[in-house]
Amino acid sequence: MLPNIPFIQKKKGQDKSKVFVPSRRDFLKLGSLATGGLILGVNFQCSGPKGELVTFAPNVYLSIDSTNQVTLVAHRSEMGTGIRTSLPQIVADELGADWSTIKIVQAEGDEEKYGNQNTDGSFSVRMFFEPMRKAGATARHMLIAAAAADWGVDPSQCDTRDGKVIGDGKEIAFGDLVGKLKDTPVPDPESITLRELSSYKLIGTDVPIYDLKNIAMGKAVFGADVDLPDMKIAVVRRTPVIGAKVVSYNDEKALAVPGVVQVVKIEGSGNPPGLDKALEGIAVIAENTWSAIKGRDALEIEWDLGENKDYSSKKQLAEMLQSTRSNGKVRRERGNFDSANRSASRKIERTYEAPFYAHATIEPPAAIAHVKPDGSCEVWAPTQHPQWARGAVAGALGVDVSQVKVNVTLLGGGFGRKSKPDFVVEAALISKAANGPVRVQWTRDDDLHFDFFHSHSAQRIIATLDSSGGLTGWNHHTVFPAIGSTSSKEELHPSDGEMGLGCVDFPFNVPNIRVETHESTGNTRVGWLRSVSNIHHAFAIHTMLDEIAEARGKDPLENALELLGEDRDITFQSEMVGGEYGNYGESIDNYPWNTGRMKNVIRTLREKSNWDANKAAGKIMGFAAHKSFLTYVGCVVLLEKGADGKILIPEVHYVVDCGVAVNTDRIRSQFEGGAQFATSLATTSEITLENGQVQQNNFDTYQIIRMPAAPKKIHVHIVKSQIKPTGVGEPPVPPFIPALANAMYQMNGQRIYKLPFKV
Amino acid sequence: MPNYTLKINGESKEVEALEDMPLLWVIRDLLKMKGTKFGCGQSFCGACTVHLDGNAVRSCSLPISAVGTGEITTIEGLSENGDHPVQKAWVEHIVPQCGYCQSGQIMNAAALLNSNASPSEEEIEQAMAGNLCRCGTYNRIKDAIVTASKSL
Repeated sequence: MLPNIPFIQKKKGQDKSKVFVPSRRDFLKLGSLATGGLILGVNFQCSGPKGELVTFAPNVYLSIDSTNQVTLVAHRSEMGTGIRTSLPQIVADELGADWSTIKIVQAEGDEEKYGNQNTDGSFSVRMFFEPMRKAGATARHMLIAAAAADWGVDPSQCDTRDGKVIGDGKEIAFGDLVGKLKDTPVPDPESITLRELSSYKLIGTDVPIYDLKNIAMGKAVFGADVDLPDMKIAVVRRTPVIGAKVVSYNDEKALAVPGVVQVVKIEGSGNPPGLDKALEGIAVIAENTWSAIKGRDALEIEWDLGENKDYSSKKQLAEMLQSTRSNGKVRRERGNFDSANRSASRKIERTYEAPFYAHATIEPPAAIAHVKPDGSCEVWAPTQHPQWARGAVAGALGVDVSQVKVNVTLLGGGFGRKSKPDFVVEAALISKAANGPVRVQWTRDDDLHFDFFHSHSAQRIIATLDSSGGLTGWNHHTVFPAIGSTSSKEELHPSDGEMGLGCVDFPFNVPNIRVETHESTGNTRVGWLRSVSNIHHAFAIHTMLDEIAEARGKDPLENALELLGEDRDITFQSEMVGGEYGNYGESIDNYPWNTGRMKNVIRTLREKSNWDANKAAGKIMGFAAHKSFLTYVGCVVLLEKGADGKILIPEVHYVVDCGVAVNTDRIRSQFEGGAQFATSLATTSEITLENGQVQQNNFDTYQIIRMPAAPKKIHVHIVKSQIKPTGVGEPPVPPFIPALANAMYQMNGQRIYKLPFKV
Repeated sequence: MPNYTLKINGESKEVEALEDMPLLWVIRDLLKMKGTKFGCGQSFCGACTVHLDGNAVRSCSLPISAVGTGEITTIEGLSENGDHPVQKAWVEHIVPQCGYCQSGQIMNAAALLNSNASPSEEEIEQAMAGNLCRCGTYNRIKDAIVTASKSL
């Protein structure tokens, strides 16, 4: 099963909102099948005469009961972006609900019912803004129709506000209308009028996250917090090298540890390891986590290390770098770079390297599974992709998907790691062996050793200038083990999807462009990490642009504005060679690459960051502007030397154009956090492998930024827009790293070509 | 396995545990209090921070046999209704993103303010340096600590 994400497997013609907007005919059909619970069409739990609770659920995303309780369903996973608040916020605003009294419940994994739940690719708001508006508006229309009929007024004279229908000088609580709705016709979805953007009361405001107080009180439930009666805890000794196999093992000492109850072998997927399979290992099952950890330490295992046993990431990176000197596979071609190269009066040729990165969520993977005697399985997991987890567990257990129920907890960070259901599959396999509920608990070394890493990469860019300083040619070579290599040894080049992440979508107005890729093999598990290939591509491209600006004698912002050229929509497809331009899974007509929007971001950034005044005052600054996940972002990083000679980041300025801003506080928080995340990638974090084994074990060797070195003031300016919204989870990361690198050059005159770099 | 009597959140609790079992797993697995989080197991990240006699300790690295008669406070015991000044400031500044590290951050911040009621920015940074946040909420944490210190 391939991950259902646009940059890996492009989806075509998928009706993303089909679940919630049934046609009238669908409604009639489904309505007659409704048996209870939240299902398509109007559904009443009960309407008895004795005052029983009556519930009105016009679609799967909301219900209103006769006590006036509005319950909204969060169907996408909360890993810190605020999506569990932002999507219900849209429904509530259209509905006219009283936000202070709403309840939010988390949906289980069920694509048929809720639509896409793959919380990834910064597309939750992009994909569900309209469906959520329509979900709320459907209920609003029905409530108004019922009240208006009662009052004998035209529905157009009524509105909803604070959980009531108001009109004709009267008001009635939603809950008091619920019982009357069975005679209310279901509006044709096409006839539903959405509120004007300007009339929203919640959208575009700082609505605090729903789980705020629970988190502050330690009551929020994350993956490992779920506790079942008689649940056992498992800790696994996994294959030291990807693809290694257990030859033999001795569990005598492990079983002698008090509290250890069972030791079982997990059959691994081998090599390639796959994205959704368990790794080979020996699981120690115990009464508590500590006994399981001690039991694991006492295992004696003989491994056949397999074909990756001599793998060295350092050696591979050197080979990849060397490969960029040769001709590669051309992925984008505009004009003729060779002739630009021949006639150039000046050339800038640079190479760039970036390491493997681990996600290092502070919550290590953990999942609870209960395989029951009838073979069915219930899971509780901090998963970004409950449907994938459901399918992968069903596959591993050999049961039908309908036999697997996946409950989604809060995620203690995700960043792409918890899309992959390998740890959920482990829990299911161990539960089956243990004949009871089991929590599999990953330790920090497990997390760092068995992540799906962001690939290390080598790049070479050759830029050619003519005698008047015009940028005439751009040749970008990139090579990195593709995400596809985790599932197939045939995948030697980055996919179209990965190339569309900041590489072939180079937007600058250069007459001759050639983008090439080179072969590399997968020797560990690679996956996607917050902004994916944009990380290394943006680093290379925007540090090179800074050099080009210098060579042209231009201010870097001026340089970018000029190279972006006329305001226009760019179409990349005609220049793609043997591939498709992915555009993050969206059609380029619906979500064009508009240079005008990027130029507006850069001009706004110039003003908001006081770029010109700061420059005149001799402040040390770096700049980059990068579009990713369809969101336009500009970034300025300031640097200064502290009294102790240490370099500090006193200020960061971001300007973001993400279309309509839904939750402004969470947009800002994603950028505040994105700057910190990117600071780690730029300056402290690096995964290396020798003899096929990851060399970092914990936060002492895999470092992430701590408060004293973190950027201090992060200013986020959100461009006001009526254009349909895009996401903000990933876009803060890519421009920050080159902006910081460019500032470092201003600080000490040394260009940066390799991540991570010391500040 | 030996028996221990712990003073935790104002109550006395009996547990039977291996003597090297870290306090974290006693709290989470034996006492079933899930607010204190596991992050690294080696005192590098601070997610497991609790108070021992009012001081911040990393419960992942503190064996139960070393706890003795000290008073343990976890996030569940910091306040009855989430109205400790640090918790209130956390809510006011909408500090959390994923929220996983925040129990540890709050306990560490509360311990800081126990010993230093109005810390400088640099003192906050140094005192909080042992608590990692992968989402990057550091600046809001700092602002919240300043807010909390003013309300003490």
